[in-house]
Amino acid sequence: MMDLYTRRRLINSAGLTIAILAMAFGLFWLCWILWTLLDHGLPALSATVFTQSTPPPGSTGGLSNAIFGSIIMTITGTLIGTPIGILAGTYLAEFGQRGWLAPVTRFINDVLLSAPSIVIGLFVYEVYVVQIKHFSGWAGTAALAIIVIPIVIRTTENMLKLVPATLREAAAALGAPQWKIINFVTLRAARAGIITGVMLAIARISGETAPLLFTSLNNQFWNDNMNQPMANLPVVIFQFAMSPYEDWQNLAWAGALLITISVLTLNILARVLFRQSASTH
Amino acid sequence: MPIRLHDARLKRQTILDTLFRNLTRLAALGVLALLAAILGSLIIGSMPAIHAFGFGFLVNPEWDPVNDQFGALIPIIGTLITSVIALSIAIPVSFGIALFLTELSPRVLRRPLGVAIELLAGIPSIIYGMWGLFVFAPLFGDHVEPWLNQHIGTLPYVGPFFSGPPMGIGILTASIILAIMVIPFIASVMRDVFDVVPTLLKESAYGLGSTTWEVMWSIVLPYTKVGVAGGIMLGLGRALGETMAVTFVIGNAHELTKSLLNPGNSISSALANEFTEAFGELYTASLIELGLILFFITFVVLSLARYMLYKLGQREGKAA
Repeated sequence: MMDLYTRRRLINSAGLTIAILAMAFGLFWLCWILWTLLDHGLPALSATVFTQSTPPPGSTGGLSNAIFGSIIMTITGTLIGTPIGILAGTYLAEFGQRGWLAPVTRFINDVLLSAPSIVIGLFVYEVYVVQIKHFSGWAGTAALAIIVIPIVIRTTENMLKLVPATLREAAAALGAPQWKIINFVTLRAARAGIITGVMLAIARISGETAPLLFTSLNNQFWNDNMNQPMANLPVVIFQFAMSPYEDWQNLAWAGALLITISVLTLNILARVLFRQSASTH
Repeated sequence: MPIRLHDARLKRQTILDTLFRNLTRLAALGVLALLAAILGSLIIGSMPAIHAFGFGFLVNPEWDPVNDQFGALIPIIGTLITSVIALSIAIPVSFGIALFLTELSPRVLRRPLGVAIELLAGIPSIIYGMWGLFVFAPLFGDHVEPWLNQHIGTLPYVGPFFSGPPMGIGILTASIILAIMVIPFIASVMRDVFDVVPTLLKESAYGLGSTTWEVMWSIVLPYTKVGVAGGIMLGLGRALGETMAVTFVIGNAHELTKSLLNPGNSISSALANEFTEAFGELYTASLIELGLILFFITFVVLSLARYMLYKLGQREGKAA
């Protein structure tokens, strides 16, 4: 029979060992996935990936149309979603002290933040694709914008709340009207944080597949008409990876590597930027 | 007179103020309208299926596009089972990671390791799916599943769940990949929530001679239990709605089987696979009703999660 002291020490070291193993477990998957991507993706990357459109089965080609479509839809989706998100976030932080609207919106927004993205795709399909009777780049953009809005609202509100009240009071004491205080003082003070949020939103939507399946779908050819179905990296990866053709699977790996690199770079950049601005304040 | 001039300018500023305030209010109302529109459009879209099958849709295991007979039982069960297994793996691991990051890690490593875990959350789900299909599933099918068959599949009671063809693709594989995906979400909420615990409280316990494990288990965890539960629910919400990672590896079979090694289906993977190829009004409507069910389940789970996290936030406010 071991004494109480030894038993407590044993339990402690067992628990702490398990914690270290858990950390290693998490890192293990990250490394394994990244290694797989580099291993399969790097050999498949070549200049033709960026210069040629997606090929029919059995011939060589690239991903240029999909890369172009992804960039266009991500940019327009962000441009549409960001202003709405910043405005709503401003309402929550600056005008939302009284009344029912702000708490309810905050709650609904937090739920939308992690709502399944495939349902967003279904929604856009129902209200837009069904009406115009064909898939289109605009529909994909709309779905992505809907995903951007809650992310931007959340960060805008959080960042505005960090701005010290004395700053607002100082501006008000100088006689500035409220719209000027918000636009030229508080939003400006919170700018770095909001940009971080927008970057994280871009990172999130550039990898989203599910909402694009029912909205933008895919297009084998180069297309710069947003009213037509548009190729995009995630859906191309999905279709090519599920296909039996080796050429297609290789292209899927190349696309997967491109997406992951850009998403992780955006994630890291956002953090570095936010940290720098936080340390200068 | 100067005062008059001042009045006019003041009036203009007041108007601009009102305009700006209402513009932001409109955007906030837009969020509510968005939720209403999503719910409304899904309900309208699934009307034909609701009329045809009623509540029987929820418990009918049949999914037969040729004869227009649809039921949601198999995808609903698939979604729930994969999420529950994923959470049972993810919760202890996340607790370990959060414990490591808040109490054990050297200060220099704390930030980079935290970021690394968050990067795991940043990897798009389609990448998990591809990696699962091409790398994880074959290894799992060749090495782990035969072992499960031989050693656990022969046991009474639990045996039937672990015996089956070792194909690599199936419900268990999907659950494990889901677990890897939700670990970073739960772990980062747990870490944030553990940071809320007043240092004074922890130091008092250490001062009385507690070990690190005892401080975590009997001080930090009870103090933050509401927030931890909220984080877990948040992870559950993620797992329920996850689409691409599951679609790649679950096998998409509308079959009800006991074995976790068999292929199955989940709501989101049924949608991803069949929606663009669905023919006929009833088929499409049934799929949309699946989406409605998914939205409803995740809405309830996420609401609970937010409520719990909000409760913890309130308590933190009181303590401070």
